[in-house]
Amino acid sequence: MNTGSQTRTSTDNWPEVEASCRRILGDRLCQFIDQVKKDPRPESHLIAVLHQVQAEFGYLGTSQLDAVAQLMQIPAAKVSGVASFYHYFRLEPRGRFVVNICFGTACYVKGADRVAEKFKTELGVNLGETSKDGMFTVEACRCLGMCALAPVITVGDDVWAQVTPDRVPSILEGYIARAKGS
Amino acid sequence: MKAAVRARFEELRSKAEAALAEARAAFRIRIQVGSATCENAAGATVVFEEFRKHIAASGRTDIGLHRTGCTGRCSREPIVTVFMPDSLPVKYQFVNRELVHKIFTSHVLGGHPLLEHVLDGPLTHLPRFKLLYCTSPRCCQLQRELWGHSPEELLRDLGIGPDLVQVYESSCLGACTPAQVGKLAHVLVQPEKTLYRLRSKDELREVLEKHLLQGQPVERLAVPGKTVGRKFLELYGDVAFFNRQTRVALRHNGVLDPTSIEEYFHYRGFEALATVLERDNPSWVIDQITRSRLRGRGGAGYPTGKKWAFAAASAEPVRYIICNADEGDPGAFMDRSMLESDPFNVIEGMIIGAFAIGASRGFVYVRAEYPLAVERIHNAIAACRDWGLLGEDILGSGFCFDIEVRLGAGAFVCGEETALIHSIEGERGQPRPRPPYPTERGLWDKPTVINNVETFANVPAIINYGPEWFARLGSEESGGTKVFALAGKVCHTGLVEVPMGTPLRDIVVGIGGGPPGGKRIKAVQTGGPAGGCIPESMLDLPVDFGTLTKAGSIMGSGGMIVMDETDCMVDIAKYFMEFTCDESCGKCTPCREGTKRMLEILDRITSGRGTLEDLGKLERLGRLIKKSSLCGLGRAAPNPVLSTLAHFRDEYVQHVTDKRCPAKKCKALIVYVIDPEKCVGCTVCARNCPVSCISGTRREPHVIDQSRCIKCGRCFEVCRFDAVKLT
Ligand SMILES: Cc1cc2nc3c(=O)[nH]c(=O)nc-3n(C[C@H](O)[C@H](O)[C@H](O)COP(=O)(O)O)c2cc1C
Ligand code: SF4
Ligand code: SF4
Ligand code: SF4
Ligand code: FES
Ligand code: FES
Repeated sequence: MNTGSQTRTSTDNWPEVEASCRRILGDRLCQFIDQVKKDPRPESHLIAVLHQVQAEFGYLGTSQLDAVAQLMQIPAAKVSGVASFYHYFRLEPRGRFVVNICFGTACYVKGADRVAEKFKTELGVNLGETSKDGMFTVEACRCLGMCALAPVITVGDDVWAQVTPDRVPSILEGYIARAKGS
Repeated sequence: MKAAVRARFEELRSKAEAALAEARAAFRIRIQVGSATCENAAGATVVFEEFRKHIAASGRTDIGLHRTGCTGRCSREPIVTVFMPDSLPVKYQFVNRELVHKIFTSHVLGGHPLLEHVLDGPLTHLPRFKLLYCTSPRCCQLQRELWGHSPEELLRDLGIGPDLVQVYESSCLGACTPAQVGKLAHVLVQPEKTLYRLRSKDELREVLEKHLLQGQPVERLAVPGKTVGRKFLELYGDVAFFNRQTRVALRHNGVLDPTSIEEYFHYRGFEALATVLERDNPSWVIDQITRSRLRGRGGAGYPTGKKWAFAAASAEPVRYIICNADEGDPGAFMDRSMLESDPFNVIEGMIIGAFAIGASRGFVYVRAEYPLAVERIHNAIAACRDWGLLGEDILGSGFCFDIEVRLGAGAFVCGEETALIHSIEGERGQPRPRPPYPTERGLWDKPTVINNVETFANVPAIINYGPEWFARLGSEESGGTKVFALAGKVCHTGLVEVPMGTPLRDIVVGIGGGPPGGKRIKAVQTGGPAGGCIPESMLDLPVDFGTLTKAGSIMGSGGMIVMDETDCMVDIAKYFMEFTCDESCGKCTPCREGTKRMLEILDRITSGRGTLEDLGKLERLGRLIKKSSLCGLGRAAPNPVLSTLAHFRDEYVQHVTDKRCPAKKCKALIVYVIDPEKCVGCTVCARNCPVSCISGTRREPHVIDQSRCIKCGRCFEVCRFDAVKLT
């Protein structure tokens, strides 16, 4: 199907390329890739692999994307094309805590814009940006499925329901304290 | 007929029941904690942990603790239910760490329920019995005769006081037959869970006297068996938000433990699958589904039986089945709730579908934003494999089928079936032209059936309770019920399941309680970014696929956002246009460029630079995009604008000619000013203004520098003297 991969395997330096890719991604991800390659259609697991890479590194860097392309034998252009198509994937590093503000309909009519405004002024960033200290990245997302508790935000894996602008400073302080504590 | 299948199924069911019986026998008292993304966000994880600690510290071994999914009563979560022997279960709302301690010491250990914290309470007392009488169409006629003027009067005559029994009206208890109208009435008595089928006043009296006064259930009049929705009403029938709903797809939500396959067996789990595999006849299954008049719940409402029949008729032997759990409508969460609260039900529906169309491989495509749903569905698949319900030779029938989970990655367009297929194949999720439809050429070019989560969730119920029952539940046009995710400006937000054809008003006012604070409903948005806004004047509209389309909106996946006077219709239209603009995959020009043009015009209007010609331009562009876009995303994108233009044109005109936003939402058209008469100079606003554009000395009236004001509304919120005005 894709001839690019066939030629790549036959290049002389494949062992080195493979070893370096394995170093970049680490054992756990390599095992996952080895696993999906047993499937008759390994390329159909590309999105799953990218999810795993993002979970590990926080974003999809060029070196990781290249390593995935090599190890899965999928053209690099296709890998980056897929990575850039889906909003969930991040191509830039993010802050220690990622604040996701839901801009779904329910959250929007319940004042998500005012919550976002507060985060922006508190941290001095725009949506999609990371605070100077590298602590918080503020992003907008579409519906977290908790519309009945709108407005909703997530910080890392934590969900905050019925957030008002007034609660924003204390939410942020909690995470700053957590970062200092660890 | 394959008799071996039934035997194998009974064997598994006995095994499950035995395991459950053992657990139940060990625990005299049970505590059930809601556990789903929404419950957890409200604090359910902490509550569960806290109960665990309390039980451990008490040294008691007869207290069981388990999880259940979410009931859909999101605005009252976390919800905890305490089951004590021989008394009514008590449900608590807004449970937190402190309340856990009180519930545990006072109720669980001391036997005194906390009446002030009861769900939808407070209660003044906990009666000995609860009685639900069905007021649905088939029972209501006779019920009126049986109960006379009012239940209170009848009970008083019999000397039965409110301490002994509380009476509630309820939706269908699921025990009715078409021939019964006017002849039978159904009544449920709790905590014994006795469902009575009554024919006359004498029989009602007999039940009241024997069961309530003498404590002796009247077996002769009882209906055996597990009727649909009964379990749910047994537990939640005393709550107004629930007892007006008819739960089919959500029948197990908040009832069973979604992580336990044994519990699912207990609630008729896999019985439908056993029936299907025993009969060993795919066309029988398709015929059942066709007769039920089930239509796809993912948005388009295509008849499910017909879709399955197409795939089954294909000459190509390799076929696939896909469950669409992408739930992209920003404002819908019923699919998440079903996957988290009753995952086995969805899987059972899929296995039945796979058998009907002859698929050996299936996929659940879930959005990555739903990690708990992903976890629950993974667990459920693993359990099904362990129990021989997925994999080779399912239930000894020879039928082989397995399911894989595939994650989405945050692209709304991937909910569209051809885009979804590309995404599973590992490609960019762009749609392709149809025909060929997926039932002909789908995943890896093989015939593929794609159905929504809720569609599959209805399938086992249809097989168990019969297609005629399901068809009858609904309207002329479509069988069964529809789940709506009620959110926005309503008192009771959450999941509402009602028969097809239920008037919109019953949902948003009757069950949802209308907007809080006595505000007026302005419109109800249905169908998300593909739908439209239905004005208050049309709230009596029966909700169905066709009626909503006629009103300029669509059913969509069932998101329902209520809007009040403070919501601006132009702003909402712009909000959705921004959404589709962002989510357009860019493949075809009308959608990619057209939505941008429409957004620009809306932007002009909301910032006071619009002209009246712009309104006509919006309509022309909208019609063009609808006609010429490749996929459903583009074809529906103009709907929010066209429907608001049709129903709320005045509001657009006000933005254009008066440069006024009546809802005071569009920032460019509003000004914040301080009324010098009212301002006492407390400085609070000045200290809170994020751009420091309010000046004034203490105890003197303050002034806003309009050139720098960003209209954040902060001053308006913090002023305690009502001195900041919005004009
Ligand atoms: C832009 C777009 C988004 C869609 N999103 C979803 C979705 O999130 N979930 C869903 O079940 N169907 C969605 N659909 C509908 C699917 O294409 C398909 O019709 C449906 O999954 C079929 O299942 P059903 O017959 O059970 O409704 C979407 C359609 C379009 C055009
Ligand atoms: S209508 Fe929009 S989303 Fe659909 S294919 Fe065209 S550009 Fe993509
Ligand atoms: S609306 Fe906001 S920016 Fe304007 S004066 Fe008030 S607080 Fe300051
Ligand atoms: S908060 Fe109100 S009363 Fe106080 S200074 Fe501002 S406008 Fe005046
Ligand atoms: S709209 Fe925010 S969680 Fe759904
Ligand atoms: S209408 Fe009364 S039980 Fe169905």
